[in-house]
Amino acid sequence: MFLKELTELSGVSGCEYEVRNYIKSKLTDMGCEFYVDKLGNIIAHNKGRKNKTIMLAAHMDEVGLIVTNIDSDGFIKFEAVGGIDQRVLNSKPVLVGEKKIPGVIGSKAIHLMSSDEKEKALPIDKMYIDIGTSSKSETEKLVNIGDYVSFKSSYAEFGDNLIKAKALDDRTGCSIILELLSQKLDADFYGVFTVMEEVGLRGAETAAYQLEPDLGLVLEGTVCADMPEVEEHDKSTLIGKGAALSLMDNTTVYDIDLVRSIAKIAEDNNIMYQYRKSAAGGNDAGVIHKTKNGAKAAAISVPCRYIHSPVSVASKKDIESVLLLTKLVILENQKGEKHV
Amino acid sequence: MFNSELMKKLSDCFGPSGREKLIREMIMDEIKGLADEITIDPLGNLIARKKGNGKKILFSAHMDQIGLIVTHVDEKGFLRFANVGGLNAKELLGLRMVFDNGLEGVICQEELKDKEKLKISKLFLDVASTDKEFIKKNFRTGDMCVFKTEYYETDDCVICKAADDRIGCYILIEALKKHPPTENDVYYVFSVQEEVGCRGAKTAGYIIDPDLAIAIDVTATGDTPDGIKMDVKLGGGAAIKLKDNSIITHPVVKDLLTELAEENKIKYQYEILEFGGTDAGPIHTSKEGVPSGVISIPTRNLHTSGEIFNKFDVEECIKLVIATAEKE
Repeated sequence: MFLKELTELSGVSGCEYEVRNYIKSKLTDMGCEFYVDKLGNIIAHNKGRKNKTIMLAAHMDEVGLIVTNIDSDGFIKFEAVGGIDQRVLNSKPVLVGEKKIPGVIGSKAIHLMSSDEKEKALPIDKMYIDIGTSSKSETEKLVNIGDYVSFKSSYAEFGDNLIKAKALDDRTGCSIILELLSQKLDADFYGVFTVMEEVGLRGAETAAYQLEPDLGLVLEGTVCADMPEVEEHDKSTLIGKGAALSLMDNTTVYDIDLVRSIAKIAEDNNIMYQYRKSAAGGNDAGVIHKTKNGAKAAAISVPCRYIHSPVSVASKKDIESVLLLTKLVILENQKGEKHV
Repeated sequence: MFNSELMKKLSDCFGPSGREKLIREMIMDEIKGLADEITIDPLGNLIARKKGNGKKILFSAHMDQIGLIVTHVDEKGFLRFANVGGLNAKELLGLRMVFDNGLEGVICQEELKDKEKLKISKLFLDVASTDKEFIKKNFRTGDMCVFKTEYYETDDCVICKAADDRIGCYILIEALKKHPPTENDVYYVFSVQEEVGCRGAKTAGYIIDPDLAIAIDVTATGDTPDGIKMDVKLGGGAAIKLKDNSIITHPVVKDLLTELAEENKIKYQYEILEFGGTDAGPIHTSKEGVPSGVISIPTRNLHTSGEIFNKFDVEECIKLVIATAEKE
């Protein structure tokens, strides 16, 4: 598993180089052919038996923050990059910029808040990052406007096969593609590690343009809602209940014959799966299926609790289900005589 | 003469966004032998071509209709759903819905104190069975259903579901039947997934790479009590779109359609829609860009189970499509 190392790297959208460098070194170690495209996507090729062009996609980027201003006392103001859950930001440890300057997100203490302020989620413009300096000039020596900020959160295992880490969306997908590439299957596919998914599926669009896939398989960390007070029908996915197959979201109506055929492969091979019971959200499939002549696309996801926060939680069993199911889907689609 | 039988068939055929198989088969059957070449692209767009060495013209009408997708099935026979395309919870309540296998349900709501807060998540579909085996066998997460409404017509108007955009499909089928002798290379596209964001048109536009593109789709009207302020009315003829949220009609195309209407004594009206978009949106920005426009059919009660349009307007739209196909 590459997941521990992957989740402890920083890679906020547009600044994925740490993750990219890590994946490149792993691909080199395993002797896998790859290149990095103009936007920074890694496109790796596993050569083998081929009927069609298959593109696997997982995004390297994670949600985070970007420095917008340094105030006269040296506090850092910031904006969100991607869909950040504002409620979870306050008092979280972060790392600022390439030098990874440690800091903490601060705000007015609860004692000083008006009753109105206590009621509401604290907006981003009322928060700041404190890196322990006491003047603007001191901060400016360490931090620049435009520096990216990522959560500081270490990987930990707990409970029944659960993992707690940041950026499980979508380092789980990255880790699964790396694993599949390392297996040297006799089935042709491209493993694509995309950039800037969290800000609008930008990397995947250019990657799909280059590869012109017939079939896109997006491996994602997806929203899980198996918490108390959520009604059964609103539980979009459940942790520990297997690979989540998407039917529809804001970016894609998934080809139903493809989705049902993947479900059948899961059933025939005793792989746990579930349907994603929400039509909200979106992922790289949204652009892959519409690029050039168009392609069929499916999303096979790992349910992640507390997604887009510093402490998301996923199950190793679900990751295993996604890995195995994706492998079988690739093999099934490349069955036959043709060899390239 | 309005072909009521064809329009009824088109309206009754099942085909929400992403599930256009049945409607595609129906249209293929209807246009059999009329085109020089018929293809289905990777997303499922149906493309009928009349070959020529001249200008490449793309006409697009979308096959898909709005509907619901089942997100959860409970063993008691209550199905939860999300909307496929633009639908309003208040307009759904009490409606009968039908699946591709012919099974039906009715939309009910959880008891709510504040009716104003009705949301789709508070609605469910009751499929009229207490038999757990029946429920389990017949309904799955991911199934889609559409309105069940009877087709009805008077001398001049039609009430039906999915007039958006089966009336556009009707116009293209009728135009294809009367395809004029011309050197133009004409593509009649029956597109998929318009209602979820004009997705099919994006790939069709890319594949065909036309010199001129015209979408045929419904538009709203301003002729109902306390309605929106809009200078489009039933019976006013073919609507030539000038602007909506997806396109500002290319001036050359606006002039072309206007001149063709004038020359051929086709009744027309200009349309400015302050919301919405059509297949012309993604097509006009495809590749190097495509001068594009829209011929719209004025339609009341859009995105409801009873959309109303006027047969005369439809005839004028057909004439304008044919005139455009013929123009050098």
